[in-house]
Amino acid sequence: MRHIISILIENESGALSRVAGLFSARGYNIESLTVAPTEDPSLSRMTILTWGSDDVLEQITKQLNKLVDVVKVVDLSEAPHVERELMLIKVRATGKDRDEMKRMADIFRGRIIDVTETTYVIELTGASSKLDSFIAALDGGLILETVRTGVCGVGRGDRILKV
Amino acid sequence: MISGAEIVIRCLQEEKVDCVFGYPGGSVLHIYDALFKQDEVKHILVRHEQAAVHAADAYSRSSQKVGVALVTSGPGVTNTITGIATAYMDSIPMVVLCGQVPTQYIGQDAFQECDAVGITRPCVKHNFLVKDVKDLAVTIKKAFHIAATGRPGPVVVDIPKDVTAQMAEFDYPKSIQMRSYNPVVKGHLGQIKKAVQVLQEAKRPIIYSGGGVILSEASGKLTRLARQLGFPVTSTLMGLGGYPATDRQFVGMLGMHGTFEANNAMHYADVVLAIGARFDDRVIGNPEHFGEEKRRIIHIDIDPSSISKRVRVDVPIVGNVADVLDEMLKLMDGGCKTDPEVADWWKQIDEWRGRKSLAYRQSERIMPQFVVEKLYEVTGGDAFVTSDVGQHQMFAAQYYKFDKPRRWINSGGLGTMGVGLPYGMGVLMANPEAQVACITGEGSIQMCIQEMSTCKQYGFPIKIINLNNGMLGMVRQWQEMFYSKRYSQSYVTSLPDFVKLAEAYGHVGMRIEKPEDVEPALRKAFTEHKDDLVFMDFIIDPTANVFPMVAAGKGLTEMILAEEL
Repeated sequence: MRHIISILIENESGALSRVAGLFSARGYNIESLTVAPTEDPSLSRMTILTWGSDDVLEQITKQLNKLVDVVKVVDLSEAPHVERELMLIKVRATGKDRDEMKRMADIFRGRIIDVTETTYVIELTGASSKLDSFIAALDGGLILETVRTGVCGVGRGDRILKV
Repeated sequence: MISGAEIVIRCLQEEKVDCVFGYPGGSVLHIYDALFKQDEVKHILVRHEQAAVHAADAYSRSSQKVGVALVTSGPGVTNTITGIATAYMDSIPMVVLCGQVPTQYIGQDAFQECDAVGITRPCVKHNFLVKDVKDLAVTIKKAFHIAATGRPGPVVVDIPKDVTAQMAEFDYPKSIQMRSYNPVVKGHLGQIKKAVQVLQEAKRPIIYSGGGVILSEASGKLTRLARQLGFPVTSTLMGLGGYPATDRQFVGMLGMHGTFEANNAMHYADVVLAIGARFDDRVIGNPEHFGEEKRRIIHIDIDPSSISKRVRVDVPIVGNVADVLDEMLKLMDGGCKTDPEVADWWKQIDEWRGRKSLAYRQSERIMPQFVVEKLYEVTGGDAFVTSDVGQHQMFAAQYYKFDKPRRWINSGGLGTMGVGLPYGMGVLMANPEAQVACITGEGSIQMCIQEMSTCKQYGFPIKIINLNNGMLGMVRQWQEMFYSKRYSQSYVTSLPDFVKLAEAYGHVGMRIEKPEDVEPALRKAFTEHKDDLVFMDFIIDPTANVFPMVAAGKGLTEMILAEEL
């Protein structure tokens, strides 16, 4: 099962490597990982997209909680939540492809944020599956670069992860 | 204002640390200078940093206090890794202070630089790099706090040389609060009540006790609980001494080399009360085979991640073992009715006991089991026994009956050869009057043999019981049983003359070759040479094997017994 784990962690040097090291040492999967400070600069919020059985997920959350720098851990996917990912994709945009690219970006509600004579950079935000669909919809030969932030998410309504 | 180096020493004094084990070097010279100018904190100069950490580890194992090691940067740190990982696997509270190159050199591949925080990260409970002298005292406070609370473990504090030279006010906090670290102590009362209920319903119960009982100083409570219930008790390697081994209710160690009765009782029990133990592979063997029998498991552990890790648990109780047992005893004070069918269970256990699975064959040569039995007699069962890793370790665990906690000092989780001799040093610093025997083999002892020199310097009267079979015995046993006797690299040829070697270091050496000489030699070592380190080289029967044995991947009841070979 796919799970999104949200972590509040002390914003100290080496905190990221403790989490990453835990995943590699115990053989857990990391599909994506994002991290940045929160409104309280002494805390960072980390979002990890992982796969595993219920037993594995139970161990992942327990082991994360054991890390001394970790303040709180929550499995977002256990309850209603929203998730987003941002992608910047650079495509070749010449000749007839130039219009086609613009049309595709519009259909997916993407924005073109950089234009040259031969390329576009399209910004697209949404669920990871939407980003995947956009890539699939493009002619692969026209994709020059893809950069994705990885998933971040937040619980719906009163579900709040805070100290 | 005092220097960072003086702050380090003052912190140790505040923590009532009476000795540190260490080895000086460039990055810690300021600290060693501060150490020189006081005499509250003694320093034991080892011959290799690995031994400093092992000794600090054993100091803790034998006393409950936090062990402290002090080493320099670079190779000083890398030499400590085995010792830190050993302590980590067995949850031993320890603080390792290491020097680092000056802050402005970090990352420049300076002389004797290594990323200490990075290299130790996977084998510590936590670690710190102190970049500002103002943070030094509070960081050391945190290190001691983290090491000793919750599930204990080693903590590394990496201190750059310039930080030890800078000046700051010394203000040692009395206590510390960390929002990210609040270990649970008390167990959930509802769960504890449920556990007591399940215990009363048990028809075939077993108490499975582990190292957590020793670490939380709960052996008295465990003993009271077990006596009140009248249930059989088994123990892991790490838990030995947590329940008196000479007591009738004790069925022996369980696991790969557990007794026939312990392994069968564990497998066929309908209720298992696991206390500070973690169902690891050396204990329950193949988890699928273990899962074939239906049973209810109550598991008390301070670390939630140890619960339901390898085996699903029915009644999890997260908390400090001593506190949880206290609650259980309180609940049972009002009367505790156990099922009458437990009497039949005892009959079954006694039948298993009748197999005498620890009986061993006699030989014209010295049998290693016999040496341990004699050691037990000669020391009145009251010695601190350290061991290395291999056949001799299992013989020690099986034949030395530990009645008290913290007497059996060995590397259970990591299985580190070479710990025995430095462990003896640590035990003696924490218990200066103790009788200490180091049960070892000619393979293991050579992994830290240089510490005989440290023992001379400080007069550690360790009795080294070298069970010398000229082979890496446990490796040879597996090769004999599972590799068609292809003894690949398990010979130890060109052994030194251990008697001469001991004498060269200034100690007493003995070689014992006949069974009838075993007891007199041991008596002589523990009386006439009470104050000397005695290296006793027992030339044993090289064909002796450890039984019973559950082969790797097999189920607990699929034991190979001595008579079957």
